[in-house]
Amino acid sequence: MLELRDLTVRFGGVMPVDHVTLDVTPGVTGLVGPNGAGKTTMLNVLSGFVEPVSGDITFAGERLDRLAPHRRARWGLRRSFQQEQLVLTLSVRDNVQVVVENVGAPAHDVERVLDAVELSDRDRPAGLLSMLERRLLEIARAMVGSPRLVLLDEPGAGLAEADATRLVPLIHALADPPGTVVILVDHDMDLVQGVCRDLAVLDFGRLIAHGTTARVLQDPVVKRAYLGTEDVG
Amino acid sequence: MTVPRSGPDPRRLLAIAAVLVLLGLVPWVAGDYWTRILTFCAIYSLAAAGAQVLYGRLGFVSLNQVALVGVGGWAFLRIGHAVALPHPLLLLLAGVVTAAVGVLIGLPSLRLSGLALALVTLMAAAGFEVVFGAAGFPDGGQGFLGKASGELLPSSLPRPGFLESNRVLYLYTVAIAALMFLLLWTLIRGRAGRAWMAIGQSVPGAAATGVNVAGYRLVALVATSFVTGVAGGLLATGDGRLDPVSFPAQQSIVLFAVVLIGGGYSLFGAALAGLFYSGLPPLLNQLGLDGNLILVVFGIGLVHSLMTAPTGLAGQLTMLAGALRRRITSSAPAGSSSREDADRVVEHA
Repeated sequence: MLELRDLTVRFGGVMPVDHVTLDVTPGVTGLVGPNGAGKTTMLNVLSGFVEPVSGDITFAGERLDRLAPHRRARWGLRRSFQQEQLVLTLSVRDNVQVVVENVGAPAHDVERVLDAVELSDRDRPAGLLSMLERRLLEIARAMVGSPRLVLLDEPGAGLAEADATRLVPLIHALADPPGTVVILVDHDMDLVQGVCRDLAVLDFGRLIAHGTTARVLQDPVVKRAYLGTEDVG
Repeated sequence: MTVPRSGPDPRRLLAIAAVLVLLGLVPWVAGDYWTRILTFCAIYSLAAAGAQVLYGRLGFVSLNQVALVGVGGWAFLRIGHAVALPHPLLLLLAGVVTAAVGVLIGLPSLRLSGLALALVTLMAAAGFEVVFGAAGFPDGGQGFLGKASGELLPSSLPRPGFLESNRVLYLYTVAIAALMFLLLWTLIRGRAGRAWMAIGQSVPGAAATGVNVAGYRLVALVATSFVTGVAGGLLATGDGRLDPVSFPAQQSIVLFAVVLIGGGYSLFGAALAGLFYSGLPPLLNQLGLDGNLILVVFGIGLVHSLMTAPTGLAGQLTMLAGALRRRITSSAPAGSSSREDADRVVEHA
């Protein structure tokens, strides 16, 4: 479905994404790796914020890398950020409204997605929300319209364990429509194992493993590079 | 669970209506001198509104607003001397020409931001100062510049008959200013305003939500330059001529500072900025003080605003009004309005 071919990003002498080739199938795929492995850079390439020096990105045979970032959003790409990018002075409702009207989604989507994440005080400015509410609002924005490719960059960051578990059914819901690809970047391995059917592991910009979550977590190369020597799960 | 969207606050509409009635009574209370000064206040509140929208919504520091007032005035005089058109149409054309010029100056904003963009606009203001000084303003002559020469004596563009009295000119100016504020308010409250806020918060964040960043920046430049150009036309209406020395680049910096004092995040702040910018210097003069002292006053006000009140006087007044309302109306529900909440977010940011 989502195909990355020989994707390379270079920042001066550093290659945060180093000749990555990856086929991602519909459902939730975790993208994990140590800090600096190139996970967020990969999401930035997929979003159009970083230009790769080589390689191409296709989705169901359609070239994505030729579209400007806002056109990718209209095409069906949704993105949440590690440091959430909500409009803090706009209300909860208007934070969703801005997505609805710019990706061409139906107007009733505003209430639908806010109902889905159970955010009730919708006239409140986003800047007055708790961390969990901000994460929920970001997920609500990712649900707008008919997303085809959803990129979630550490949605559980800064959340208590109990709060992070609230995200699990919502991430599953994002991947529910047939053909939707969700890529989840997170260091919370409980969250990752809870929602990801597949895992891709990056280390120093290189793809070192890709497969089902259970198999990848047993991979000795992955254990050495990212998980440590103890078994996980 | 759904929450109904709140409509316009009737108390706010009542307050706006009361202010408009008061403004309408001014010429009958104040003398001719202060009526003229308040006409200038209304005109420069439009230039301030342009700077406010660019700064408060998109995060642009525009330091060429006064120069754009000059551009609007130039276009108004040039077209007015060339063809006899109804006054509102002349204002419209002045706004359109200024919008085109504003977009040209603002094109770097599609790639630049922050200090670099502020410097570009300041350099543009300096450029216009030089051009106005060299070419002057149209005074009834021929050619592109419209400067009188030879046997043709310079002339002023006569006011239309219905604007001959300063009192009516004031009312007309306030009405046009109110219309321009309504235009900006409509944009701010709508799709464009939300997109501007998203861009101002984060360009990648905005693009990721489908906002066409370059497109909406252009919309902002067109709207704010148009309004500022209309201000230039109104300014040129008063005497039917303009003086090149009225548009120095540093005045754009002063105007921007006054916008921050009035309130960089609301149109109310822009209205206050226009009042301060054009009203305080003559007030100082009337009090027998040196008019240049105004720079010290503005300097102190700016430091106060930057350090303690990011939403400016407008934000503080809004919060004060909210607190008073809650104290007076014991039956009012607890909590604050969404406008006050938004101001609080800015104060805490």
